[in-house]
Amino acid sequence: MLDALTPVTGVAALLLAAWCGWAAHRDQPTKDWHFIGMAVVTLLALIQLIVGIVQLARGEKPEQGTTIFVAYLLGAFACIPAAGFMSLTERSRWGSVTVAAGGVVLAVLEVRLYDIWGG
Amino acid sequence: MAATQEKPAKTRLIAGPGMLLVWLYGVMVVGAVSRSVVQISTQFDEAPLAYSLSAVAGVVYGFITYSLVRGGETARRAAFVCCAAELVGVLTVGTWTLVDPSAFPDATVWSDYGMGYIFIPVLLPLSAMYWLRKARAEQAPAAARG
Repeated sequence: MLDALTPVTGVAALLLAAWCGWAAHRDQPTKDWHFIGMAVVTLLALIQLIVGIVQLARGEKPEQGTTIFVAYLLGAFACIPAAGFMSLTERSRWGSVTVAAGGVVLAVLEVRLYDIWGG
Repeated sequence: MAATQEKPAKTRLIAGPGMLLVWLYGVMVVGAVSRSVVQISTQFDEAPLAYSLSAVAGVVYGFITYSLVRGGETARRAAFVCCAAELVGVLTVGTWTLVDPSAFPDATVWSDYGMGYIFIPVLLPLSAMYWLRKARAEQAPAAARG
């Protein structure tokens, strides 16, 4: 389950990044639809966090250590909401750029998570 | 009354592109600090120099983030100096890791000019310094920027 969830979340994060990048390109702030998109990506990251913890509880071990694995899961979960709140206080294209950067950061975190779990 | 009105407003450093900088610096703070905490607490003996440098990088990033959020002329100057220090640090450590890899059995945040972090460590201080210089130039209440 985790093996499938990681790439899906990563791709969703990149799509969100492209979408918000497009909004920034058109000189627009993030809008309701963008926030729904962020909610979807955050939900994926939350499911990933829960699944990851369940896997740990069932005694499976990440290849590169439990601490790092949990830290990355938490970071992945917090990434998009943090960027989203920042775009709420910055109602310009730069808020959109911030969320786009958040999507790229999340995608990188997913790649690292994949390695850490031992994919 | 006129005097109070003419008192310059605190330079806001997180408007516009500044918000993106705060976000990227925030990410680097979390990355560098959590990385060095884990490495120093579990395997410090393996590469003490590398892990200490990551911790220092984390502290510098933290200070810059705080200064950007705080705003004002003093914070702007402090952030500028720290960005310059950060740039020097990235270039020094980056060159050092290439010239003498044996000193670094494990990577730091600044290894190979921050390649492990998509070169953000070397690009960030440059863009931040550019932004901070611009913030000074625009201290006069200019039209709201997009």
